[in-house]
Amino acid sequence: MKFVDEFRDPELAEHLLQRIKVLLNTAPLANRESVRVMEVCGGHTHTIFKYGLDRLLPSRLELIHGPGCPVCVLPRDAIDTAIEIALQPKVILASFGDALRVPGTRMSLLQARAAGADVRTVYSPMDALALAKQHPDHSVVFFAIGFETTIPATALTMLQAERENVENFTMLARHISIIPTLKALLDDPELENDGFIGPGHVSMVIGTEPYEFVAQAYGKPLVVSGFEPLDLLQSLQMVLEQLACGTSVIENQYARVVRKQGNAQAQQAISTLFEPRASDYWQGLGEVAGSGLQFRPEYSHFDAEQHFLCDASKPSDIVEQGCCDQVLKGALQPQACPLFGRVCTPSQPVSALMVSSEGACAARYLYRSGEHRDVG
Amino acid sequence: MCLGVPGKIIAIDNADLGTAWVEISGVRRSVSLACLLDETTEPESLIGQWTLVHVGFAMSVIDADEAQRTLQLLNEMKALEQEMDGHEIRG
Ligand code: SF4
Repeated sequence: MKFVDEFRDPELAEHLLQRIKVLLNTAPLANRESVRVMEVCGGHTHTIFKYGLDRLLPSRLELIHGPGCPVCVLPRDAIDTAIEIALQPKVILASFGDALRVPGTRMSLLQARAAGADVRTVYSPMDALALAKQHPDHSVVFFAIGFETTIPATALTMLQAERENVENFTMLARHISIIPTLKALLDDPELENDGFIGPGHVSMVIGTEPYEFVAQAYGKPLVVSGFEPLDLLQSLQMVLEQLACGTSVIENQYARVVRKQGNAQAQQAISTLFEPRASDYWQGLGEVAGSGLQFRPEYSHFDAEQHFLCDASKPSDIVEQGCCDQVLKGALQPQACPLFGRVCTPSQPVSALMVSSEGACAARYLYRSGEHRDVG
Repeated sequence: MCLGVPGKIIAIDNADLGTAWVEISGVRRSVSLACLLDETTEPESLIGQWTLVHVGFAMSVIDADEAQRTLQLLNEMKALEQEMDGHEIRG
């Protein structure tokens, strides 16, 4: 077993699709105009478009793309701060490829690189730490982004730097926590959904218990899902089975990877280094209480913002042109944005939603290019 | 961003750093085992296991039995459906 191909079996997918159709035609779902399920995670959005699942599924089952793409929710001023640091002398700024392409107020980090900044793409925060060891005369800053899937890697790299006494290594951390984000979404009157597909890899870190409030306080089913087509189809089927019999519980479709309690070592690493901040601003989501993380005081020497004394509190005054905020919250489908495919394309992105292949706009654009010719 | 890929733990790379060689779609990468190790787990005991790798870290041991169970459930569902179709044709 390779844990990939087995979960792409077209015959089994066909049977899941049949079952989904049956469920949609069973009371109480049969007389509903549409049933709306939100996939929270951008990785799921990517799978849906890559395999065309939305076209295989009955149109009455509406998939709403959630905000779970950490690149997409990055506020422009976070990019501006990263650029401000990168442009200082003897600084190497490293981050994941997608983060470098996100537009800031005036430019992206890649454009800052063209303007002379030393900006590097890395695959892992450990690679950034290696850069620091290779360049002792430079200050190496890792621009750390991501949900709980990625936060342990950031934290463990910091602890490694501490153990090895690497002094020229800091982080600009813009991590975001899933639970406060989900809560803010559920409290948003614009959100109209019947259930959730829960993020698989965030859950392998935090476990499935933190989602209980979704079922208990908001009465909505949530199924934690893997990322292959069969995983997603089965998770949708599980959500519909719940809706059909009027229950709402948290279920785990991705049991091969996700344990109920999550990963203790990863959770420990996060809480050793970070603590929640009172509130943070995210693109499309606005201010979300408790969603951002800051270094605990005993680790503040790792904080690049303190190190470089950035002026972090300047919100961007840019007027957003597109419908990014509504798309991010699932209130609008990407192709409904008037800029989609015309003004806004992956090579000329208006926002990060068109940058990351997990962003709803880019995923739709990448896998539906044939349809866009008519649009544009 | 939250992308994770399955890989097989092949050998210990650096015991002090807690890294191992993991084969991911035919390519070998040195990956940190920090999230899989605790007082009771020896790095060697992980050799041969499949793991989910994210940005250079092994984040979870993939449970082959659970994977089997998921696939079995799907196959049973398929069988049940075919049986029902059969009845319809006969009936
Ligand atoms: S198409 Fe571009 S402008 Fe419109 S919502 Fe998507 S990213 Fe924003």
